Amino acid sequence: MAADFLLQGETISRLLVGLSVTLRISLVSVALSLPMGVLMGVLFTRRNPLLRAVLRVYLEFIRVMPQLVLLFIVFFGSATMLGLNFSGEVASVIVFTAWGSAELGDLVRAAIESIPRSQYDSAYALALSRRQAFLRVILPQAVRRLLPPSVNLVTRIVKTTSLCMLIGVVEVVRVGQQIIDFYRFDYPYGALWTYAALGLLYFAICWPLSLLSRWLEKRSS
Amino acid sequence: MIELRHVSKQYRTRKGAFDALIDINLRIDDGDMFGIIGESGAGKSTLVRCINLLDRPTSGSIVIDGRDVTGYQGRELRAFRNSVGMIFQDFSLFQQRTVLDNVTFPLEVMHVDRGEARRRATALLERVGIADKAQSYPSELSGGQQQRVSIARALINEPKIMLCDEATSALDSRTTIQILDLLRDLNREMGVTMVHITHSLDVAMRVTNRIAVIDRGRIAEEGPTDEVLTSPQSETTRLLIAHSKGTVSDEEVL
Repeated sequence: MAADFLLQGETISRLLVGLSVTLRISLVSVALSLPMGVLMGVLFTRRNPLLRAVLRVYLEFIRVMPQLVLLFIVFFGSATMLGLNFSGEVASVIVFTAWGSAELGDLVRAAIESIPRSQYDSAYALALSRRQAFLRVILPQAVRRLLPPSVNLVTRIVKTTSLCMLIGVVEVVRVGQQIIDFYRFDYPYGALWTYAALGLLYFAICWPLSLLSRWLEKRSS
Repeated sequence: MIELRHVSKQYRTRKGAFDALIDINLRIDDGDMFGIIGESGAGKSTLVRCINLLDRPTSGSIVIDGRDVTGYQGRELRAFRNSVGMIFQDFSLFQQRTVLDNVTFPLEVMHVDRGEARRRATALLERVGIADKAQSYPSELSGGQQQRVSIARALINEPKIMLCDEATSALDSRTTIQILDLLRDLNREMGVTMVHITHSLDVAMRVTNRIAVIDRGRIAEEGPTDEVLTSPQSETTRLLIAHSKGTVSDEEVL
C-alpha cells in the first residue's frame, strides 16, 4: 500500500504534535478574542463618535490586511523596529487575537444593533435601569444571534493558522511537509497521501464546529 | 389623573430641528379609556412615550395625580414607571424566556419572592386567558396570544395607568376585537386608566370614551369619542373619517 508510511515510525505522533500546536494557537487566540471582541462590540454601540472612529479604523485595518502580512509585520517588524523578539507562536497568537477580536467585535456590534428598539423601550417601561436592560434583556438576545457566526469565526481561525508555518511555526501543515520531504524518494505519491491526511485532520476539527453552528442557528430561529 | 401641560418635544435631526409635539395640553381622568388618533407621523407615539418619560418633553410638564414627574431620574423614575404599564405593536416579549418567565420578569428584577411572583403571574395569565401556554416560548404563540402575554406582563405591578401603542395594529380583525374587549374588561375590573394610540377609527370607536385627534404635533380636536366622530369640528378629523370610509381620493389627502 502506497500510504503505509503514514503508519510508520513516528509519523502519526508527529502529526498529532503539529495538530496540538495548531489547536494551541487557535484556542488561545479565541480565548483572548472573546472578552476583547465583546468589549469592542459593546463600545462600538456607544454613541461616542471618537470611539467609533478609532474602532472602525482598527477593524478596517485588520480586515484589509492579509493575515500573512500581519504575521510578517508582527514577527519581523517587532524585531527590527521595536527590538522585541517574539517566538513564532507568540506572534501568531497576537495576530489571530487581533483579527479574532476585530471580527468578533463587529459580530457583537451587529447582534446588539439587530435587537429592535422596542425591546429597550419595553425594558425601560418595565422600570429597568439602563444597565439592567442591557445585561438582562438585550445581551441575552444578542448572544443567541451571535453564537452561530462566532462558531464559524473559530473554524476560520483554525484553518488560517496554517499560515503560521511561514514565520517558522511548526504546526500541522508544516509537519506534513517535513514528512513529505522525508519520504520523498521512497514514496512518489507521498505528498498526495499526506495532504489527504491533513485534510482529514482539519475536517475532524472543523466539521463538528460547522455542525454546532448549524444547530445553534436552527435553535435560535 | 394624567395631565400634560404645554408639552413640546423637539428632535434634532441632521436636517435641522423637528417639532414632534407643539404645546400639548391634555387631561386624562382616572378610569378613562382615552384614544389618541392621527395619521402616522402625527406625533401620537411621541405623546404617549412622554407620559412614562421614554421620551422627555423639551418643555412643559407631565403631571400624574398632581405630582410633576417630568424631572424624575434614577430610582424615582423607575418607581414611577412601575405604576405605568405599556404594551407595543410588536408585543416586545423576551424571546429567550417562557411565557411565565416573561410575566414574572419585572418582579424578578425587583427581587420579589419567586413563589409569590409565580402565583401572581399565573393568576394574571389565567385572567387574560392564556394560562395553558405558561411554559411555551413566545415564538410558539400567535400574535393575539403574544399580546395577551404582554398585557399580563404590563399588569403584573398593578399599574394605575396603561399605555397601548398601536396594540392591535399587527393583528387580524377578529383577534383585534378579542384583544380590545379584553382591555376594556380589564379597564372596568381593575380601574386601570388606559391610553390607546391608534390610527384606526374602528379601534377608537370600540374601546375609547374620549379621544384627541393629533395633526402635525398639535391637538386638532378633543372630546367624547362619539361626539368627535359623529360631528367632527376639525378638518383633520373629517379627513380621517372620510379616509377610513374610503370616500376620499389620494389627491384630496395630499
